[in-house]
Amino acid sequence: MPEAPSSAGGAATGAAPASGALLRLVGVHKTYNLGETQVLALRGVSLEIAAGDFVAVMGASGSGKSTLMNILGCLDRPTRGEYFLENVGVSGLSKVELAKIRNRRIGFVFQQFNLLARTSAQENVELPTVYAGIPRAQREQRAREALEAVGLADRAHHQPSQLSGGQQQRVAIARALVNNPPILLADEPTGNLDSRTSVEIMDIFQRLNEEKNITVILVTHEADIAQYAKRILEFRDGRLRRDVPVSRRLIAREVLPTLPALDDEEEGLPASPAASPA
Amino acid sequence: MDFLNIFRLALRSLARNKLRSSLTMLGIVIGVGAVIATVSIGQGAEFLIRQSIQSLGTNAVFISAGSNRPGGLRMGFWAVKSLTMDDVLAILREVPLIREASPVVVNRQQVVYQNQNWSTTVNGTSPNYFTIRTWAVSSGTVFSDEEVETDANVCVLGTTVSRYLFGEEDPVGKIIRIRDLPFKVVGLLESKGQSVTGDDQDDRLFAPYTTVQKKLSGITWIQYINASAISPEASEASVPQIESLLRERHRIRPGTDDDFSVRTQSDVADLLTSTQRVMTLLLGSIASVSLLVGGIGIMNIMLVSVTERTREIGLRMAVGATEADVQSQFLIEAVTLSLMGGLLGIVAGLGGSAAISNFLGWPTLLSASAIAAAALFAGAVGVFFGYYPARKAARLDPIEALRYE
Repeated sequence: MPEAPSSAGGAATGAAPASGALLRLVGVHKTYNLGETQVLALRGVSLEIAAGDFVAVMGASGSGKSTLMNILGCLDRPTRGEYFLENVGVSGLSKVELAKIRNRRIGFVFQQFNLLARTSAQENVELPTVYAGIPRAQREQRAREALEAVGLADRAHHQPSQLSGGQQQRVAIARALVNNPPILLADEPTGNLDSRTSVEIMDIFQRLNEEKNITVILVTHEADIAQYAKRILEFRDGRLRRDVPVSRRLIAREVLPTLPALDDEEEGLPASPAASPA
Repeated sequence: MDFLNIFRLALRSLARNKLRSSLTMLGIVIGVGAVIATVSIGQGAEFLIRQSIQSLGTNAVFISAGSNRPGGLRMGFWAVKSLTMDDVLAILREVPLIREASPVVVNRQQVVYQNQNWSTTVNGTSPNYFTIRTWAVSSGTVFSDEEVETDANVCVLGTTVSRYLFGEEDPVGKIIRIRDLPFKVVGLLESKGQSVTGDDQDDRLFAPYTTVQKKLSGITWIQYINASAISPEASEASVPQIESLLRERHRIRPGTDDDFSVRTQSDVADLLTSTQRVMTLLLGSIASVSLLVGGIGIMNIMLVSVTERTREIGLRMAVGATEADVQSQFLIEAVTLSLMGGLLGIVAGLGGSAAISNFLGWPTLLSASAIAAAALFAGAVGVFFGYYPARKAARLDPIEALRYE
């Protein structure tokens, strides 16, 4: 196994020791059978991510980073190797148990936002709490708090079509946070956003990471976005090629004032429908 | 996740596509409505038949001359001149379950009053015929036993006959002519409406059977006997007794057919209602085909919905929905569509049958059990046709579903 050992990078960022790792992959392989051909999406990945870390996963398309995300998010299971989440081996869990982990322990943020159309922001945010079996009054309370945390309290009753792209992504982040998971998995969260809005999203992630100690795992192919993380994992051909700490980390709070304000996208103004991407 | 929450989710999803949901429901509405309307018309007809049989008189037993063994009811067909007044007397004497019995002689005649005339059925009976049929006069009186003894030329009119001869005038006391013989009208009967076989029971004229036998028909036998038993149970029980009595009196050897037939009210009722029931069943099954088509409509739209909402399903799974959650949601959506369609269909069916009885004058009758069955069936249609799309949704791979464009 010629891969770069992950522990070195982890130690360099000052993360918790290996035994206390929040997430741990040990020799994970993932093979897809596409009829006659086999796709080796992951070829033996071992890494650890400690609680409170902020990791950017980078790589070209086909590098295996999406597969890694699916496995980390308990949407998929390794073909070989083991994935420990909070020291529990995921391979042995049933589909129902995996669903429960996704519901309680992991918050997902997608490139496409994936909000339910014709459904208010409030109801969209409530969705994970419905599957968690939380009583109704408490659900509403939590959704309000989550929306407040992303600065959208005043947009609770807007539908996605009435929100700008940045606002939609913030609703999606609120949805990811509503069950108070320790892990936030973001798959190209800024892929559909302009640069200023992207930095605003990074600001939210950094604050959640700092203030609530939420572990953020961010998949991106944009090198500048990766600079907001504490650590970069670079994948190529299904293997972890590089695991390095971010030397000159960008702080979104400091970057924002240097960027020009983008007309309609500001949160104080009502979003025009034309401003939101289809 | 509890049922109420899934139900709420399902309702919300349906509400997001109102036009589509209501069109899908329309299929079930029409199906259930059609079933309920046809069944209510059928049951109305059945009720009407029962009621008019009841109107023949309580505990009635009919004895008609001639055998009508092969299945069909052939009232008014007298192949054999087998029954006599002595048979009537013998039945009254020897069958204690029979309380009353009246001979009936039937003869079709032209009836004349002044310049009006009308062709009607003259029924020769004894006075107790009216007791047996529970048929009262609205004016005058029925003829007496003395008038039967003396072959008196008196008669009692049905309302139809009276209307054609006298218009709105009271016929009692007037003289009408039958075969150039003068008959005094002594009574006018209450209207009895149509019989089970559809003929007008009021288009009749009643006279003493002796008078009809001697002066109009020129016969000594009678065509049938109308009897009434002491109770509804007794009417059934009296049948074998009457049969053996008459076989003995008519000297019919064992193994040969009766030259008469005995029927009770329930025989007639059963025969007619069973025919009606077959009709109802036939109509109902045709209507339920449309319910089936409605079910296929639900399946179709649910399949479209699953495909359309693939990403939504993926997202729900990503945020913690289990396969069972997704399956229940889609199944409940289908069942909600079909049940709501069913409820609206019940309303439509009620409205439809009310409209039919209003405009077409057909009687309708709605039984709670038919409504409950329709609602249940609608629900079952939802489960049956919703299961496959729901299964399909639950089996989706969340990763693929999230990536679906």
